[in-house]
Amino acid sequence: MGDAMSTDIPTSKEPGVKLADSDFAADRRDLDVRSAVGDYWLRVRSGDLGAIPAILGLAGLVVLFTALRPETFLSKGNIANLCTQALPVTILAMGLVFVLLLGEIDLSAGVTSGVCAAVMAKLIVDSGQPWYVAVLAAVAIGIVVGAVLGWLVSVVRIPSFVVSLAFFLGLQGVTLRLIGEGGTVPVHDDVIVALANKNMPIWLGWAAAVVCALGYGLSQFLRWQRKRSRGLTGSPVELVAARVAVVAVVLLAGTYLLSRDRAPSPLVTLAGIPWGVPLVAVLLIICTFVLGRTSFGRHIYAVGGNAEAARRAGINVTRIKVSAFMISSALAAISGVVAASRLNSVATDSGGGNTLLYAVGAAVIGGTSLFGGRGRARDAVLGGLVIAIIDNGLGLLGTKAYLNFLITGIVLLLAASIDATARRRRSAAGR
Amino acid sequence: MSLGTSFGRSVGASARPVLDLRGVDKSFGPVQVLHGVDLTAYPGEVTALVGDNGAGKTTLVKGIGGVHTFDSGEYLFEGRPVRPRTPRDAAGLGIEVVHQDLALCENLDIVENMFLGRERSNGIALDEAAMEEAARRTLTGLSVRSVGSVRRRVSELSGGQRQTVAIARAVLWDSRVVVLDEPAAALGVAQTQQVLELVRRLADKGLAVVLISHNMNDVFAVSDRIVALYLGRTAAQVRTADVTHRQVVELITSGRTGDLGLPA
Repeated sequence: MGDAMSTDIPTSKEPGVKLADSDFAADRRDLDVRSAVGDYWLRVRSGDLGAIPAILGLAGLVVLFTALRPETFLSKGNIANLCTQALPVTILAMGLVFVLLLGEIDLSAGVTSGVCAAVMAKLIVDSGQPWYVAVLAAVAIGIVVGAVLGWLVSVVRIPSFVVSLAFFLGLQGVTLRLIGEGGTVPVHDDVIVALANKNMPIWLGWAAAVVCALGYGLSQFLRWQRKRSRGLTGSPVELVAARVAVVAVVLLAGTYLLSRDRAPSPLVTLAGIPWGVPLVAVLLIICTFVLGRTSFGRHIYAVGGNAEAARRAGINVTRIKVSAFMISSALAAISGVVAASRLNSVATDSGGGNTLLYAVGAAVIGGTSLFGGRGRARDAVLGGLVIAIIDNGLGLLGTKAYLNFLITGIVLLLAASIDATARRRRSAAGR
Repeated sequence: MSLGTSFGRSVGASARPVLDLRGVDKSFGPVQVLHGVDLTAYPGEVTALVGDNGAGKTTLVKGIGGVHTFDSGEYLFEGRPVRPRTPRDAAGLGIEVVHQDLALCENLDIVENMFLGRERSNGIALDEAAMEEAARRTLTGLSVRSVGSVRRRVSELSGGQRQTVAIARAVLWDSRVVVLDEPAAALGVAQTQQVLELVRRLADKGLAVVLISHNMNDVFAVSDRIVALYLGRTAAQVRTADVTHRQVVELITSGRTGDLGLPA
């Protein structure tokens, strides 16, 4: 570029202050582990908590319930139970992450999952449709519901909590109409029931876990290498390796725990990863890719961060909002199918009650902000596990129903307070 | 595609104007805001646009940037008549407006903000490496080094650094004209200096810069020309070197000073 890059300033216009000539110091310096950890700690202190509350919560709850119910909580059977318990709430929360990223809320996601499950059950039981037709129909209904919701929010401009509150009431009526008062529709389709009640063969579980661990490690390493070869900002290789190691250990340890025989009687064997777990893993990978590595995902964050800035940058804000609601409701439909599989039936109150609050709680506990612009797909998995452990542990303790409601409400408030406090710290840190 | 290609010439005052507005009018319903306004901006020069509140600066800038169109008059860009109807059209010509509120997403980092809405992709995945390199090249080309890392979130940046990012985003796209609406309005002394230095540097790279400012010190520190608006009319277009502080203030407040300005 030579003289073209010259930045000489005519002497007559020479301003008195020089720029701090640090030359992108933070980018150029060879990031070592200490400075990377230091940066991370600085980010945490300025309110960028990431997954810390969820991981602390997970550890604390496991210790608490193990102490209170040593013989049952960490039993082989209960660990598998925990996983299937976390499935529907995790999938629902993953969809909600998209809506929460916009700074909106979908209070009807729970009952949408109920309606979609009812549609699926009716198609299988009454019309004798194969499972895949029924599931596709359920997802299609979810997408339509999401499109209408998103349209009302972004075009008619009704606040999303009002729109989705209306849907929350209305869709319960639809479920009631589909199922019939007080009734339940049993779901006996083998494939649907297998989702939450059958396990992968043990060898397949191990193979999947190893492939996932290797794939994650390879993708992280290639990314690190690409950045390094082009001289871009990135984590030091030791931290990348540590991250890969943690993920691999979690994957393999989980597979080991679930591959032990947990049948109550020695005559039969019951072992392996429940089929719903790989489903969540696939959804997690897809959502993580969409949010983190595509321009569509980038635009969701932008709209949640500053909708006006996004609009001026040429982003079609309406399209982004409607799509996010559609994705959320489609995932709600899948969540409804998994919930139906777990209960072997769809009832009039499916998806009602505390389903939605559990899912919102899961997303927020995982680290997704209620104020928009911050959150990841993995938040749903971490938060979903926390919620499932609370639900499961309280069940083992035999607490009264009223206490369950109180405790879950308090947990949600706690997560929201952490979110709000972290947000205050962030804005205070942004000099 | 970098800044470097077409800049670096020292362009004299005799160059052709890149932006030339002649007698533009704009009314909103019964209220006529602009009455035959003239504004000329030359490559390599900073043209300061001054005027009191309500003089029509914002309306003029919005018309230049394609937010709305002028009712009548000529809008010449590099000698050709043009009529941008949207900010996209204006950007397509090479005209970028940096608004006072900057329009940055605080939850995204510098690179993400600079490429917002115009991301580069490899297939469906974003090409982060190419964007990061281009962003760093642009910032380096502007001698902006005070931001530390191009991967810092905007929420961590100071007001002056944010202004810098917004300006760098505007020149990332081979722009020919950059309009800055009060870039130093909310900044401290040192940061104002940094931003003014950057403004000067844009012009030195061959861009035509239109700078809206209320601060006479800033205007005299960086501008080559001054366009004074008074009640929706162009009171005067003068070279900064030919006028004094007091004369410009009089042009702003009463539309004329001595022989200069609107007829009494």
